[in-house]
Amino acid sequence: MVAKGSIMKNNIGEKILIYGILLFWTFICLFPVYWTATTSFKTAASVTQGLLIPWIDFEPSWKGWKHLGLSPDSIFTESTGREEFLTRFTNTAIISTCASTLAIILGSLAAYGLSRFNYKFGFMRNPDISFFFLSQLILPPVVLALPILVLYRELSLLDTHIGMILLYTLTVLPIVIWIMRDQFNAVPIELEEAALVDGASVWVSFLRVVFPIVLPGIVSAFLLCLILCWNEYFLAALITSTDAKTMPVMVASQISSQSIRWWTMAAVSFALCFPLILVAIFLERYIVKGMAAGAIKG
Amino acid sequence: MANIDNIERDPLYVVSPSSISRKSRLTGHILVRSTFVLMAVIAIIQGLYTFEKINFGFSNWRPLLYSYILWAVAIGYSRVLIYGEKGKRTLFVFPAVMFIISIVVFPLLFGLYISFTDWNLSSLDGKKFNGLENFYQMLSDPYYWNAMKNMVFYILAILVEFAIAFLLAILLNSQIRGRKFFRVAFLIPLMLSPVAVSWMIGKSMLEQRFGPVASLGRSLGWETPTFFSNPEIARLTMMCMDAWTFIPLMIVMLLAGLQALPKEVLEAAKVDGANKWTMFKNIIFPIMLPVSLTTIVIRIIFKLKLADIIMIVTAGGPGGATDSVTSFIVREYRDRSNVGYGTLLSFVYLIIIVIFMTILIRFVSKWLQREA
Repeated sequence: MVAKGSIMKNNIGEKILIYGILLFWTFICLFPVYWTATTSFKTAASVTQGLLIPWIDFEPSWKGWKHLGLSPDSIFTESTGREEFLTRFTNTAIISTCASTLAIILGSLAAYGLSRFNYKFGFMRNPDISFFFLSQLILPPVVLALPILVLYRELSLLDTHIGMILLYTLTVLPIVIWIMRDQFNAVPIELEEAALVDGASVWVSFLRVVFPIVLPGIVSAFLLCLILCWNEYFLAALITSTDAKTMPVMVASQISSQSIRWWTMAAVSFALCFPLILVAIFLERYIVKGMAAGAIKG
Repeated sequence: MANIDNIERDPLYVVSPSSISRKSRLTGHILVRSTFVLMAVIAIIQGLYTFEKINFGFSNWRPLLYSYILWAVAIGYSRVLIYGEKGKRTLFVFPAVMFIISIVVFPLLFGLYISFTDWNLSSLDGKKFNGLENFYQMLSDPYYWNAMKNMVFYILAILVEFAIAFLLAILLNSQIRGRKFFRVAFLIPLMLSPVAVSWMIGKSMLEQRFGPVASLGRSLGWETPTFFSNPEIARLTMMCMDAWTFIPLMIVMLLAGLQALPKEVLEAAKVDGANKWTMFKNIIFPIMLPVSLTTIVIRIIFKLKLADIIMIVTAGGPGGATDSVTSFIVREYRDRSNVGYGTLLSFVYLIIIVIFMTILIRFVSKWLQREA
């Protein structure tokens, strides 16, 4: 930024404007999180007075977290709240990790195949197969909801982890294929040809040569899937009832039943979001890379 | 793809031994047929048992699922046995195709059948085929078309979201300090579950007695800040909440596009004395057009699935003013148990979406070609 005289002054005004807008938007993004985090430490009185800053406006209390069995005085005692919470938490974790992993395996294999070989399934050639995969993205979940419900009942897959995993894999599979196809296209074919000349089979060269190169891309795709599955509510509300119930469903049912107890709801909502906030802070680079991959290709 | 001569040759060309023994070919065929027969036998037994023609069978249809998986694996393995190296290549795409067909296509066909029945879970007699009756009912259902109209508004709101996201992406791309911090902060809303957002914003911050936004509204002179009683304001509030969650996605995609802009062109324009606005209008915006359109299309796809926050915060109210199509159909299922009709509505929605997206994508790609 080399500038002189009047331009310099202009620049300072511009800088203030830029930072002003950026800080304003940061405030909009972060205030709800701050609000939820602080509300979970409020008591009824501080909630009704709309107090904002802990220790200055109000004295923090562990009341909200006590309900979850995660406050200091309840953490070593038996607590049904904590048990319930931990079950839902593990369910969500298991379902979303397994679904993302399965989607990554199926999706990257398909993407690799599509980027390296010409297929012909009946009338369908590569562009048609790609389109078939990507078109799943526009399928609204509500269309599948009822048929899947009936099908799952007959197969006794309702309220099971495996049923949820299959369904979530389906919802994120097109995204994986979309991201991974670009990743594979960016890997020079000569590398694999060298491996093949050395006598490796197609699958060995895929696992030994290509896979390590696209690993960062796979991490990005995995994180995107994880985020989508972790937060999914619609299908989970439909398929699960007790055994495989996920956290969003638990939170949603508490919203409708006890929305007056703000401190509890705040604690529960915050607990639902917290793992992904950590992911965002530490793995932002990968998440952004995954989303950007789709944009650039077009 | 453009080169016709090359079309049969794979980008990754593998010289493979072409001799496959007759025996392995035969094994492949036998494998597929035998597993198929096994599946058929299980299906018939279970079918007869379900309709009480015979008195033995399984407690549910799970065994059919297992035999189906077995059959699918057999098909995959037989490709290798029959076609050798070429079959191994098929195995890359085969699992994903098979997975989607099993879990989408079959349910869709079944759903199509349900949508022509008068199946109501609360009535005692099961489903009965009733032809186009559901369709006629839909044509005169004001609430369904009202939900459609709302979807149009929700989708139009994307233009505003896009403008905000574009502005923020440009600012993030300019020379600023602490870009890493801003990027993480801007990304956070996308990480939050819509369910949590429904409570955090919809139920608590917008609460009319002591929510902080309501207090702010009061101090700015709005005497009775209610966000969900007036239809227009309620719809606007839902738009804002949804925008809040998804603007980060658009920022990230647009930022990626901005970072890929050719530096030389921008430098040249600066040397020629172009000011910020002309540079944006004549250079940045045209080059960014493909990325922008992709971003908008992706955003539309997500918007068409909008339901969670509406179901939780307003349940479509007041008077259906905030209903999205999905949330309306869910109410049809849940409150009226009207399964046949609800499924027809969802299929009509799907057809409209497919037509709309096809036109949109064709229009977009044509436009891009003309610009290029």
